[in-house]
Amino acid sequence: MSKIFETPLYPYQRSADQDAPAPARHPVIVIGAGPIGLAAAIDLAQHDIPVIVLDDNDKVSWGSRAICYAKRPLEILDRLGCGDEFVDKGVVWNLGKVFFDERKIYEFDLLPEEGHKRPAFVNLQQYHFEEYLMHRVVALQEEGKKLEVRGMNRVAGIEEQGETVLVTIDTPEGSYRLECDWLIACDGATSPARKMLNMDFIGRVFEDNFLIADVIMEADFPTERWFWFDPPFNRNQSALLHKQPDHVWRIDLQLGWNIDKDEEKKPENVIPRLKAMLGEDAKFELEWVSIYTFQCRRMEKFRHGRVLFAGDSAHQVSPFGARGANSGLQDTDNLIWKLKLVIDGVAPEGLLDSYDYERILGADENIMNSSRSTDFITPKSDVSRTFRNAVLDLAERFEFARPLVNSGRLSIPSVYDGSPLNGADDDDLPPRTRPGAPIVDAPVGDTWLTDLIGNRFQLVGINTEVPASLDVDGVRVEGMRISSAEDSDGHLQKRYLGAEDQAVYLFRPDQHVAARWIDYSENAVRAALDTATGRA
Amino acid sequence: MTKLNTKTNISSPDDFYADLIAAHEGLSKAESDAYNARLILLLANHIGERKILAEALEAARAHP
Repeated sequence: MSKIFETPLYPYQRSADQDAPAPARHPVIVIGAGPIGLAAAIDLAQHDIPVIVLDDNDKVSWGSRAICYAKRPLEILDRLGCGDEFVDKGVVWNLGKVFFDERKIYEFDLLPEEGHKRPAFVNLQQYHFEEYLMHRVVALQEEGKKLEVRGMNRVAGIEEQGETVLVTIDTPEGSYRLECDWLIACDGATSPARKMLNMDFIGRVFEDNFLIADVIMEADFPTERWFWFDPPFNRNQSALLHKQPDHVWRIDLQLGWNIDKDEEKKPENVIPRLKAMLGEDAKFELEWVSIYTFQCRRMEKFRHGRVLFAGDSAHQVSPFGARGANSGLQDTDNLIWKLKLVIDGVAPEGLLDSYDYERILGADENIMNSSRSTDFITPKSDVSRTFRNAVLDLAERFEFARPLVNSGRLSIPSVYDGSPLNGADDDDLPPRTRPGAPIVDAPVGDTWLTDLIGNRFQLVGINTEVPASLDVDGVRVEGMRISSAEDSDGHLQKRYLGAEDQAVYLFRPDQHVAARWIDYSENAVRAALDTATGRA
Repeated sequence: MTKLNTKTNISSPDDFYADLIAAHEGLSKAESDAYNARLILLLANHIGERKILAEALEAARAHP
């Protein structure tokens, strides 16, 4: 049976651009048809910006790779029109178990907060994710959007010439060149684009290797995240077991530094390790094996003139905590609406510098959390190991020590505190939804707040009137009134009003809060919009 | 209670000190280190306040 990741999804086709006498010009080119590149392209197409995606391959991701997605990225996928397919297929989990040596020391329930459309976490193989994004690409193409994915188009050169970026592309039928106004590099951690432009990528390499395996088995392990510290089947190292759809299980085994990667990857070496973990009698089929050496690092800046980096090309973290693909989706979520306003000529180019501010803040949070997890999982000194083991010992008997156990802090979205785009705030409203914060979902009548907001500036009057629309020097703001009385559980009240009876929120197209007030004032909204678009 | 108490606070200091040393009796160096780590974590949790813990971390440094 051919697997999804063995089937070409966007096979090479000759483009008219390859026969053009002079390089054809496109507003935006995206390098990389991975999850982040495709998300960027879908977002652009939804904003009616023509986009070409170039990929050196023609298939989805090989192996499961990124498998765990948090609520915020699921909300972003909803905004991109592909959340349902993703969540319907994915495995929802809440329970985790932590083992130390031979014993289970405790278990935890993520106890997801009520009143959200999407669950806290969903596991799904990256190849399914990319496949669903491609379904959305095709649907947008059928609607007539100018969105093209060119397989087997490898970017071989990038040249910045003032307001033009010149891209040289190798194909099975030779090279051609394209011009674009904006180039978005989503070409992964090894980003050839970054190298071509001689950009830095600095940070900390962790001296460790992880064997990552997908096995297909009919097992009665429950839908839980199991994490082992120093288990008998992988002494002095860690291990992780996590369920994916289609009876695929993800297994991560820490291997240490001094190993022969090619040897360790051989099935005859992998299978005994897995049997030691799963039991001699476990019946499984090995679908994919990879060895991963991770690093925590980022580029100094994600914007370089007209070239913008997003996802792993801009920042890289350890795999513990669902922060790779998750943060990449938050990058393009942040970038595309800004690019749209700049391309439309209603916001200055400087608006794109806020992409740097906001997403570097996100990347630094991720790198910090990821480094801390890594230091706990792989202690770097004897005393660090002593404390780590002390925490694990105590966690078995005492509740207080459990929050200190760090087997990966699961991704939560950044609040863009201090962002130059943040407008007015009112301290009487709840801190959780302050300017810079991502939307906090809540039920509104028979729908969800996240389904009502996004892709445009949205003014929301909670228990108060706001105008149906407003034009602020070429940027349209839509207004809507909602009532907290429709939510009998009081989620909307608690999350957006606190002790107040009413409030007015201005949301950005990426569903982050731009500004908020108790009472509506047109002048205040105009000022906040100018701030949120970099015009102030 | 927002400052680390560095004044006399332990009743019967000699008894406490004897208990502390006795707790390590018969332990190897590694076992003692592990014991100390568990003890620090238990006491730190009891204190709880990050500000006081930070002061204690600073106060415990070797005097130059």
